[in-house]
Amino acid sequence: MLEVSVRHAFPGFTLDAAFEAPAGVTALFGRSGAGKTSVVKAAAGVLKAQQARICVDGTVLEDTGAGLRLKVSDRRIGYVFQEPRLFPHMNVRANLRYGMRGGEMDPVVEMLGIGDLLDRRPNALSGGEAQRVAIGRALLSEPRLLLLDEPLAALDDARKAEILPFLERLRDEAGVPMLYVSHSIAEIARLATTVVAMEAGCVARVGAAEDVLSDPDVSPILGVREAGALIRARIARHHADGLTELSCAGGSLWLPRLDQGEGAEVRVRIMAQDVMLSASPPDGISALNILPVRLTTLRQGDGPGVMVQLLAGDDRILARVTRRSAEAMGLRDNWRGYAVIKSVAVAAENISRA
Amino acid sequence: MSGWLGPAEWQAVALSLRVALVATCLSLPFGIAVAYILARYRFPGHALLNGLVHLPLILPPVVTGYLLLLSFGPQAPLGGLLESLGLGVAFRWTGAALAAAIMAFPLMVRAIRLTLEAVDPKLEEVAGTLGASRLRVFVTITLPLTLPGILTGAVLAFAKAMGEFGATITFVSNIPGETRTVPSAIYAFLQVPGGEGSAWRLVIVSVVVAMGALLVSEILARRVAARIGGRDA
Repeated sequence: MLEVSVRHAFPGFTLDAAFEAPAGVTALFGRSGAGKTSVVKAAAGVLKAQQARICVDGTVLEDTGAGLRLKVSDRRIGYVFQEPRLFPHMNVRANLRYGMRGGEMDPVVEMLGIGDLLDRRPNALSGGEAQRVAIGRALLSEPRLLLLDEPLAALDDARKAEILPFLERLRDEAGVPMLYVSHSIAEIARLATTVVAMEAGCVARVGAAEDVLSDPDVSPILGVREAGALIRARIARHHADGLTELSCAGGSLWLPRLDQGEGAEVRVRIMAQDVMLSASPPDGISALNILPVRLTTLRQGDGPGVMVQLLAGDDRILARVTRRSAEAMGLRDNWRGYAVIKSVAVAAENISRA
Repeated sequence: MSGWLGPAEWQAVALSLRVALVATCLSLPFGIAVAYILARYRFPGHALLNGLVHLPLILPPVVTGYLLLLSFGPQAPLGGLLESLGLGVAFRWTGAALAAAIMAFPLMVRAIRLTLEAVDPKLEEVAGTLGASRLRVFVTITLPLTLPGILTGAVLAFAKAMGEFGATITFVSNIPGETRTVPSAIYAFLQVPGGEGSAWRLVIVSVVVAMGALLVSEILARRVAARIGGRDA
């Protein structure tokens, strides 16, 4: 359980953010300048906020109302920045050992796959390796809370793909609550348990990742091109033709073969712009993924587009259609029809273990 | 070496080495502290402190020596106090070391401060988040990363202390065996007929020591920098 409440007036910008989040990864999301990093800095104590209450699993790190403010070094937070910030005069082993509190180094080293790097100097590491060491160093200090401020932003896609699975393992195995800042929805869709959408220093929306990402009101914050719903599905069968059948609340989805075994739970992200609507069951089209849906919310944007939230079983998905189509099809609440999801829309990098 | 140098010359060289070594070692902690304060803190009086530290570099050395004499002379309150404690410095070799330390201080502080300012405060910040106290951050992060500058500053200060003349001769005079350092000895030898030979030998010693010091500092700094690995390399 993470409770954060921060109020701080910067010149020309006021941060006033408060949220509570359950265990797992809490993603702070928003445009640059929305105040995400300031929230993280306040949680770390690096920013001395004018008013703040930070509480992790019942331990109060800061409560300005009660005159309590733990020093940065007493908070037991692990802080991973955009750049690795490894100590250049120490090898990897000494870097990892710097904040250790007497625990075991081996499990973390193994989980992050950095066993071969221990005797190297930071300047002999690739960007991805250095960032993994930085994560390991933070983790080995046995933090109450792990703060990750755009830890992947400085890396190219290949390096990101190298680190994301480790972050997922961290979420699933280490059990340390994480506050994760990112402006990549793909990362958030993959990692987040809870999403905190921030806008102009305030919290615009907090909730479970599935709820926030499938909320049409949040999509302007995310950017309509990036908007997309997150649904949970279970691997039903691997078919002989190379497709994997997923079962979700609204029916079945077919995807190019996934690695996980049958019965495994996965997260599937469906981009709003990859969903087409049809009033009648579509016939004779190449798309495999067609779900019967009921319209729940229709949100007019400023441009020619309309964001539509649909219910497929219990799952909410988003579709972006033009206003002209919406009028022609007579879209309104409780409209029933079919969502045609281009199978390519369910991209592999957006699938993660739940 | 003592065969090549006459006893009076050798005495001057040995005294200079002692004065320079003591001046450097005793002023180093202060040099690091002042450099740290100047590099890391902004406060009213920052410019004043900075100016004060650099003053000996700009003032005529005779003026510095005279001011030292006014402060630490036997008649001055501070000098009298030290004298009564048996720590008097006027006209003693310790006074020569004090003068040398003050004259060399700006060079030392400058070299250390430049390196300190290049140490990324973000590294200190992350060390704090890993639970390190400010003292531990200083000792384990700041100090090792400043080591090349500390070495350079110390060697430069040593070389400067070896060569200090104006403030020394004004403050502690030119007493053979007590305050007659190499520069004072050269000056003295040049005042007497037939002293050129001795003066020349001391000139060679001065050049060798100064060049050697610069070479050593260069090599040490490079070796330490290679060990640290550099942030950008």
